[in-house]
Amino acid sequence: MRSPALSRRALLTGAGAVLAVAVTGCAKKSGDAGSFPSKTLQLMAPAKPGGGWDQTARALQKALTEAKLAANGVEVYNVEGAAGTLGLAQLATKNKGDAHQLMVMGLVMVGGVVTNKSPVTLDQTTPIATLTAEQEVIVVPKDSPYQDLAALMNAAKTAPASVNWGGGSAGGTDQILIGLLAKAAGADPKAMKYVAYSGGGESKAALLAGDLTAAVSGVGEYADLVTAGEVRALAVSGAAAPAKLPSAPTIKAAGFDVELMNWRGLASPPGLKDDEKAAVVGLVDKLHASPQWQQTLTDQGWEDFYKSGEDAKAFFTAETQRIKAVLTEIGLA
Amino acid sequence: MSVWSDLLSGFGTVLSPENLLYAAIGVTVGTFVGVLPGIGPALTIALLLPITFSLDSPTGAFIMFAGIYYGAMYGGSTTSILLNTPGESSSVASAIEGYQMARRGRAKAALATAAIGSFVAATISTIGLTLFAKPLAGLAVQFKAQDYFALAVLAMMSVTALVGRSLVRGVLSLTLGLFIGLVGLDGLTGQARFTFGSMELFEGVSIVIVIVGLFAVGESLHVAARLKRLPETVAPLGASGEKWMTREDWRRSWMPWLRGTAVGFPFGALPAGGADIPTFLSYTFEKHRSKHKAEFGKGAIEGVAGPEAANNAAFSGVLIPLLTLGIPTSATAAVMLASFQGFNIQPGPQLFEKSGPIVWALIASLYIGNLMLLVLNLPLIKMWVQVLKIPRPSLYAGILVFATIGVYAVSGSVVQVLIAYGVGALGFVMRRFDFPIAPVILGVILGPMMELQFRRTLLVSNGDLTVFFTRPLTAVLLGLAVFALILPYLPRLIARLRGRTAQRLAFGEDD
Repeated sequence: MRSPALSRRALLTGAGAVLAVAVTGCAKKSGDAGSFPSKTLQLMAPAKPGGGWDQTARALQKALTEAKLAANGVEVYNVEGAAGTLGLAQLATKNKGDAHQLMVMGLVMVGGVVTNKSPVTLDQTTPIATLTAEQEVIVVPKDSPYQDLAALMNAAKTAPASVNWGGGSAGGTDQILIGLLAKAAGADPKAMKYVAYSGGGESKAALLAGDLTAAVSGVGEYADLVTAGEVRALAVSGAAAPAKLPSAPTIKAAGFDVELMNWRGLASPPGLKDDEKAAVVGLVDKLHASPQWQQTLTDQGWEDFYKSGEDAKAFFTAETQRIKAVLTEIGLA
Repeated sequence: MSVWSDLLSGFGTVLSPENLLYAAIGVTVGTFVGVLPGIGPALTIALLLPITFSLDSPTGAFIMFAGIYYGAMYGGSTTSILLNTPGESSSVASAIEGYQMARRGRAKAALATAAIGSFVAATISTIGLTLFAKPLAGLAVQFKAQDYFALAVLAMMSVTALVGRSLVRGVLSLTLGLFIGLVGLDGLTGQARFTFGSMELFEGVSIVIVIVGLFAVGESLHVAARLKRLPETVAPLGASGEKWMTREDWRRSWMPWLRGTAVGFPFGALPAGGADIPTFLSYTFEKHRSKHKAEFGKGAIEGVAGPEAANNAAFSGVLIPLLTLGIPTSATAAVMLASFQGFNIQPGPQLFEKSGPIVWALIASLYIGNLMLLVLNLPLIKMWVQVLKIPRPSLYAGILVFATIGVYAVSGSVVQVLIAYGVGALGFVMRRFDFPIAPVILGVILGPMMELQFRRTLLVSNGDLTVFFTRPLTAVLLGLAVFALILPYLPRLIARLRGRTAQRLAFGEDD
């Protein structure tokens, strides 16, 4: 009798999920770093359930459990708001010194810290790793006069009012990419007309309805429409064309020196002892090497973008500087 | 026809004892979680999503999913009807008449018309989804920013019925809602407005928190303030042997069900539609049309039947842009999109070609989840109405506890719980001085939509205001809005004009 057993478990998990959301958030003092993790890992997704960070957190939970790397289990909880900076503030203040607390974060948070003038910055966390990344894609409607990125950027440079750019929330990855592109093309980043939408879906609808000249979003958002011939991909933002859009040119190949990955990673609270930090990094290294995580990457279509420990720290710093500079030029910092 | 054979094979995949069990679990769990104030279908699915991932086959997950969705939606209406504590914006309209029905001892009929109406609407609109998904998707993306603005104006003008008896009070309530909608980061520029430097307010005040505060908390305070003057229990149960719905109830319900479906389905299909606006439109429409106008505000069954049908029909509509274009237009759709991706299914124009069998299994699941809801919940009505037997002090203490848990579960933040209490205190004051509550919700929903789309239009058109009049669709919608505004005054205007002409004629004769 497989089904009834399953159903009971399902019900219990359901009740557990409700409780987990209600109960978590209380900080716990960490124990020794002897056999890490020595208790339940608390994994924060600093966004709504269903978003990119939440999906990453839940995928991590699944892979950590299946790879038997977390004997005491992993709990995911959400702290949503302000591009993740509310979660960041909570991690930096309430969870100080707790090695069993981890937070999913990424490029969007780097931008959020700048645009929201967050009092807590990423310097106040312990960087652990970058895990995955998604490329951005610049698309135009199928009947658009712009056949390549150079033509579009030329129009944006000579007549910025004629190009309606669309993408996700103000100051997010999409607008950052447009700012970087404008800079590289010799256009005025501040003059770019950016129409912000609350998500990739909304800007997609606006592009199809003809409100926008060009839209910018994650590759996953538009891959299907590009393949179906509904929109045309002018360029992708990574170093090489992604698997989902194998024939799209990169921005570099289109003649502009810009590369931008919408990466996601992990950070720990501040105040970890060196051996604790080494233990957390070691755990994530083991996870990254596990077949379960590699399978997750394939299943989700995420690009592997792994840097851990000191590499991750250096990368966080470099990205912060670059993003802060471009947001200042757009006029959002 | 290939659609039917596809659908049939979808049923073939779905109809197994195991899957039916999943549907039953989904409906039951969904109903119970959905009953908590503040926890609507979107959050219920988000909370229960991890369960579906633990199933091996996406089919089992989807059918459970459909069950959870319908269950949560119905659970939400149950509490709005019985206790006047809607958990999400799309059940606010049903609370208006539903709660009055419950107070008059007609809780069973209200719950039954909600359940059967939801079933009818969901069935019709799922058929609509089966047949018209592709053409409707093409139509839906014709809507430009100025059309959405015009649509929001039209919705605002046509739901003036919600304003209540006093226009001044109604407009003040609406203004409060518009103000609450302004709090947070501006959607176009990312600048903070009315946040008083607090990052907790950057995301704005969530509509869920406003609803839980105004209704659950506000109602509890209102009851507590008058406890000694009220009967000990909330409402009479009605005779125990009484049928769910009388012949008269059926007669008055079936047209609102169909009309609600007709409003809800196309609205849901618009990217930026959602379920809340059609429920308010349906309520207004039923009020205008009803032969029992005097009963509205005191528990008219049409006022429950219409909005509930619109709410469920909108969901099938919402699936159209989600499945065919990958555009989620409601919170629930966004969570569903995430779960699709969890199973490595990418909604979009190629979905039907790439993952055809699974999509048809999902659509078949909708039929089954919907039927399962009816089968399980009609008998449960008897159990739900027992809630009304609980003595008031315990009942409302319980509501406060659950409201608090609900808000904390949604936000994970004590500050948000305090905001909900603050809004609740406001709701108490509004009730005390007879301000209507529904316009606040309307302002919070429509205000930001109007503002954002207006500014987007101007941004796209480089500040040219004529775009609102040169585009036929926009002009028609705005024209309808003007019409909706003057419609209530039309008979009086005509009478006055006639009166004047008559007088003048009389005058002439005197000369």
